[in-house]
Amino acid sequence: MNFIQFLIIALSLSVIIKVISSFKKRSISLRSLLFWVALWSAVLLVFLLPKTADYLAKMLGFWRGADLAVYFSIILIFYLIFRIFVKLEKIESDITVIIREIALKEKKQDEKKR
Amino acid sequence: MKTVAIIPAFNEEKTIGEVVSKSKKYADEIIVIDDGSRDKTSKIAKESGARVYRHLINRGLGGALSTGIKAALLNGADIILTLDADGQHDAEEIPKMAKPIINGEADFVVGSRFLNPQTMPLFRRLGIPFFNIVAFILFGIRGTDTLCGMRAINKKAAQRLEIQSNGMEAALEIHQKSMSNHFRIKEVPIRAIYTEYSSSKGLRFLPGLRFLIKLFTSKIIK
Repeated sequence: MNFIQFLIIALSLSVIIKVISSFKKRSISLRSLLFWVALWSAVLLVFLLPKTADYLAKMLGFWRGADLAVYFSIILIFYLIFRIFVKLEKIESDITVIIREIALKEKKQDEKKR
Repeated sequence: MKTVAIIPAFNEEKTIGEVVSKSKKYADEIIVIDDGSRDKTSKIAKESGARVYRHLINRGLGGALSTGIKAALLNGADIILTLDADGQHDAEEIPKMAKPIINGEADFVVGSRFLNPQTMPLFRRLGIPFFNIVAFILFGIRGTDTLCGMRAINKKAAQRLEIQSNGMEAALEIHQKSMSNHFRIKEVPIRAIYTEYSSSKGLRFLPGLRFLIKLFTSKIIK
């Protein structure tokens, strides 16, 4: 096992442990738990047994496991950015709703006082 | 029919007083939405006779317009007008904007600076048609001045209009939703007053570019 393998395996394990503990504290949903555990388990598997990636790559028509990993990572990153974007938009519009309600309420109270 | 003019304002202490005083002559009530200004916008607007609603933090044009429409409806508006706070719209044109609604010819009236373009700086004369094309391609909006901030809308249409965008793209959202809700839309030529100040507040090149990117991403997301 080389240094990079060791590092990534340690990282994957620590992320999995962190995700599980977050789930236990109820700070993430079951869906997020399953998604992240599956993802990091896949990373763990590929770095523990590099041949699995080669095998999968050949099945899907790629030359090497590393190629498959890179393609897969890029698609995943795009997908995650998209999700963050959508979430951010939702949070932005939620904030606006709150700010609007406060503005309307404050005005109402202001006028009542007079 | 009660006419309420709503003016979204963000750091507009230089012009808001005059805009409110002029608009008062043509509308029954003026509502200013101070969108988190750090200057004296609220104070000056209040002193000039506007009913002021204050956003604690800046939410952008769409957020402010939506607050304004809600406030106007709560205050019994039959016709809601929107104006820019930078003084580029001529309050004298309020009756002209409201007329198609009073006559029952339209539900949504949008001003067009481009039906009368001679007063317009070159940058605008090129920028506005460009954004009209973008608006048509992305959202199917047909108009000669789709980003114009001077609009009039009747009560029934305003009640059905739910603006979700926070920023400038709200201008297009209003137009698009007016189309999808089958509101009767009318364009009215207006004169824009381009002072150095109002030009500096308008959409310039870099913000324009950012706006364009935002339009594309919002098209992908929604």
